[in-house]
Amino acid sequence: MNGKIMLSRRRLIGSIGVGAGGLLLSGCDALGENARFRSLLGSGENLTYRAQRLVTDRNALAKEYSARDMSPLFRANGNVMPSSLDYAAHLANRFADWRLVVDGLVARPLSIPLAALMAMPQRAQITRHDCVEGWSAIGKWQGPNLSHILSLARLLPSARYIVFHCADAFGAHPYYESIDLIDALHPQSILAWRMNDAPLPVAHGAPVRLRVERQLGYKHAKYVMRIEARDRIDNLYRGHGGFWEDDAGYQWYAGI
Amino acid sequence: MIEVNNDSATGEVERVPVPAGGELVRRHALATRIWHWVNAVTLLIMLGSGLTIFNAHPRLYWGEYGANADYAWLQIGAENGHGYIRVGDARLVTTGLLGLWVDDAGVPQNRAFPSWATIPSDYNLADGRLWHFFFAWVLGIALVVYMAVSLINRHFWRDLRIRPAELAPSHIWHDIKQHIRLRFPTGAAALRYNILQKLSYVGVIFALLPLIIMTGLAMSPTMDAAWPWLLDLFGGRASARSLHFIAAFLLFAFFVVHMVMVLLAEPINEVRSMVTGWYRLPRDRVVPEPSGEGQSA
Repeated sequence: MNGKIMLSRRRLIGSIGVGAGGLLLSGCDALGENARFRSLLGSGENLTYRAQRLVTDRNALAKEYSARDMSPLFRANGNVMPSSLDYAAHLANRFADWRLVVDGLVARPLSIPLAALMAMPQRAQITRHDCVEGWSAIGKWQGPNLSHILSLARLLPSARYIVFHCADAFGAHPYYESIDLIDALHPQSILAWRMNDAPLPVAHGAPVRLRVERQLGYKHAKYVMRIEARDRIDNLYRGHGGFWEDDAGYQWYAGI
Repeated sequence: MIEVNNDSATGEVERVPVPAGGELVRRHALATRIWHWVNAVTLLIMLGSGLTIFNAHPRLYWGEYGANADYAWLQIGAENGHGYIRVGDARLVTTGLLGLWVDDAGVPQNRAFPSWATIPSDYNLADGRLWHFFFAWVLGIALVVYMAVSLINRHFWRDLRIRPAELAPSHIWHDIKQHIRLRFPTGAAALRYNILQKLSYVGVIFALLPLIIMTGLAMSPTMDAAWPWLLDLFGGRASARSLHFIAAFLLFAFFVVHMVMVLLAEPINEVRSMVTGWYRLPRDRVVPEPSGEGQSA
């Protein structure tokens, strides 16, 4: 075969290859905007949720580390100081008048002072915090089990989700998060008021933050003011079960 | 269809009923062809969406944890108007390509990988994850099905099995020299994978793809609770993330070499054989070499 023809053929194939690569990427942008294709991609989240629930024992514990594994500096992310006047007043008062409200689909709504949370049976755990961005930090957390608080409030049979309403906000949108009952009743799900053997710092969510150790960081709601049991979450705020889910399209199930 | 005996130990060409070249032969089974193209699309999407996810935190660490205050063994960033990549203590200025580059609108961007390499092209971590975790299922399921079929149809055993004689340094060195001279096998020898091909295909199918899937799972906090051995296997989540990135880089390197080899060989013939299954055997070279060298690759 003639070398020149061969070369031009190669060049042709090469440019087809490069062109196909470019088409693939720009095609991805167009596909990513298509509602039906997005919902196909979104089915991956549902599949992951179901598959992970299937292979994971509901009480399987996240790895707990020893004190020498802890991060020297635990990065604070998201809001590090809620801007509301109400929160400022609680902070100035060292949360003496602060109450954790537990309501919604419960038989016995509660209003729990911080001192009462501190007096409940405690769990302490050194665990790894995985941010959706890719970084991880290991810290020590202590607080009462969420399951203990929910058992005091007595969940109604219709309750399917636990929602955490927070004191911080991004613009007009308050932070909130929600988890299913499997994670809510998990033995490592606690309302931490202590971190690294000191009171929880403001940057990390004082007075209490959720620890839900088998999910990514944005599920670990900080500055928790109110816990609400609900039967659905699609009729709450902007409908996706959490601030980042509503605002940026992050997956509601953040086990991966 | 021409039957070819593939059982010679070193790839020495049989002299008796060998096709001399020019004939059309069946080369790739349907399962192989389907998997090849599904994988080609899937891996490119996984790479593009993976780079988006990497851009959210363009640092890699070893160990159980790693965040900004900890030492990153690899970092892509921008400083004093320069983009750079740092690996250990070695730093390379990459302005225009990595860390600091100009987007289509002419706006300088401080992101690790540029928009032409990422899915979606505009930085969006949530969408990158949406793509990545859908096609992760495609990648995993397709690999498992392909492996099962290739055990049943004996593709692995027939075509990818590495004979001890092929691992002899002299044999490998011979194949490397043949590759460098761009002397590709002709006739029946072209139907067999040479040792360099076998090593790279076996490496991708049995090492890199399983490694990238398992390190991906090791980054999932739920999977770490379900299968704590994942963390022990890779030395922690931050290490798994580093290995995931390294495996992606090696798969990309494989892709580049694969493309170059197809282009240097016979692109249309090669692509046709991977689409239709039919491959035209390259003709023997005009000047026969006395030792037979040049055919046994």
